[in-house]
Amino acid sequence: MQIYLPIAEVSVNAFLLLGLGGIVGILSGMFGVGGGFLMTPLLFFIGIPPAVAVATEAVQIVASSSSGVLAHLRRKTVDLRMGTVLLIGGLIGAAFGVILFNYLKSLGQVDLLVKLCYVVFLGIIGGLMFIESWRAIRRSKITGVRPVRRKHGLVHALPLKMKFRVSGLYISVIPPLIIGLCVGILAAIMGVGGGFIMVPAMIYLLGMPTKVVIGTSLFQIIFVTAFTTMLHATTNFTVDIVLAVLLLIGGVIGAQIGTRIGVKMKAENLRILLAMMVLAVCGKLAFDLLATPSEFYSLGVGGDH
Amino acid sequence: MLRLVATLLLLATPLAAEEIVLGLSRDEVAITANFNGSEVMIFGAIKRDAPAPQGGALEVIITLAGPLKPVLVRRKERVLGIWVNTDAVEVDAAPSFYAVATSAPLKDVLTSVEDLRYGISIPRAIRSVGAPDTVQNSETFTEALIRIRSGSQLYQILDSQVDIEKETLFRGEITLPAALTEGEYTAHIYITRDGIVVDDYKTDIAVYKAGLERWLYEMSRNKPFLYGLMSLAIAISAGWLASAAFRVFHH
Repeated sequence: MQIYLPIAEVSVNAFLLLGLGGIVGILSGMFGVGGGFLMTPLLFFIGIPPAVAVATEAVQIVASSSSGVLAHLRRKTVDLRMGTVLLIGGLIGAAFGVILFNYLKSLGQVDLLVKLCYVVFLGIIGGLMFIESWRAIRRSKITGVRPVRRKHGLVHALPLKMKFRVSGLYISVIPPLIIGLCVGILAAIMGVGGGFIMVPAMIYLLGMPTKVVIGTSLFQIIFVTAFTTMLHATTNFTVDIVLAVLLLIGGVIGAQIGTRIGVKMKAENLRILLAMMVLAVCGKLAFDLLATPSEFYSLGVGGDH
Repeated sequence: MLRLVATLLLLATPLAAEEIVLGLSRDEVAITANFNGSEVMIFGAIKRDAPAPQGGALEVIITLAGPLKPVLVRRKERVLGIWVNTDAVEVDAAPSFYAVATSAPLKDVLTSVEDLRYGISIPRAIRSVGAPDTVQNSETFTEALIRIRSGSQLYQILDSQVDIEKETLFRGEITLPAALTEGEYTAHIYITRDGIVVDDYKTDIAVYKAGLERWLYEMSRNKPFLYGLMSLAIAISAGWLASAAFRVFHH
């Protein structure tokens, strides 16, 4: 069944969109990630204009995070104070990201920027995750010794210290502000929640306890992506609600199925699978940037510069 | 859903020896949620006060053009190993959709002088003032525009696809693709003899988004703040509903 998307101005198969939402939903449920970093490139591949894909994906992330954050609030696994600091950074970052996005759009370089960001971040995260989980698998086979968490002195040396009771931390607000800022920029440019960057940063850089990390990152993501949605909707008019609804119907159903598959699998195996998937998407995007294209020209809207 | 409107309109200029009398299968196309392209049939008759003149055979050209809009064509070049948009040329006015249907190959039914005068073939239908001096081979940009739009069925050459019966009745069919831009479309009919245009006739077809599509599109442009809030409200309630539904299902 073909459906005409009013903002994207393309006609696509509704079942394809439901299916894409479902598959990404299963993966995000399995691995506990938002799935934006997979969905946005997939939307590029099926012919949705990148500007619409990025803005619409923000709406879908709001939907998928909102159910998660409610569950975490009930379980009291959200550090609201840390979340607020991360959020302040995130909002500034998102505003800056949208300005950068619109500026590069006027130069015709936005596709390149988005894709380069994807290649760089997916490459780094996928690579690190792959090495880490591969080592974990080998270790568990030989001795079963757990990795030792490193301590970072720099975080404790900075000024403007603040007490984060839920996380049991007394650290400077500067590192979480910077982390929030970076994630906000990425949210606006890449159409992702940024959990895949924020979660490792919170654990390894800030030293937050793992049980509050997911809830706190979801708390930040929901507000930053909501803000990003509003910025894209009011400056670019690129939020396609029909597309978003189709994706999130598939997404919420898929996520519930994925969660059930996820509990049955071993954590290391799950992580190495996710790492390979991240690297595959990264590889495909990198190949597209490096390989000689079949069409050297592209069309854009004229008359407004 | 789509109204079938047949209108017969008479041409007001009685000076030409041969005149076009036109009918259309529809004078409007509504883009709704399940819009998947549309066919427009253009048919008509040729009215004569005197017997058909001697000389070349009568030929018919039908064009259907979407609204003219400026287009920015960008070219990729390899910079540090990756492909980057570098040069750009603005085409001042290119129709968002353009189809030329003819009763015989276009080059046989129209001289290049007449093409230049009426702007019938695809390259002539596109208006380009010229590229900045810094860009080399600027004509390749217009060619690329035609190539890309032809690839997605937005520009169509339908040679020998207009049927003529007894030099009097003609009909042609043009298929509009699903990815259509809304606006005022113009159907233009020319009759030619020996490559010279004898008469031409113009009529409009309105292509517009309808129903929910129209409502959402207008809201996103005119009330973007409200549209954004509505999108978020839908997203949050959908997320909440889904988790609530699965909790109930789980217990």
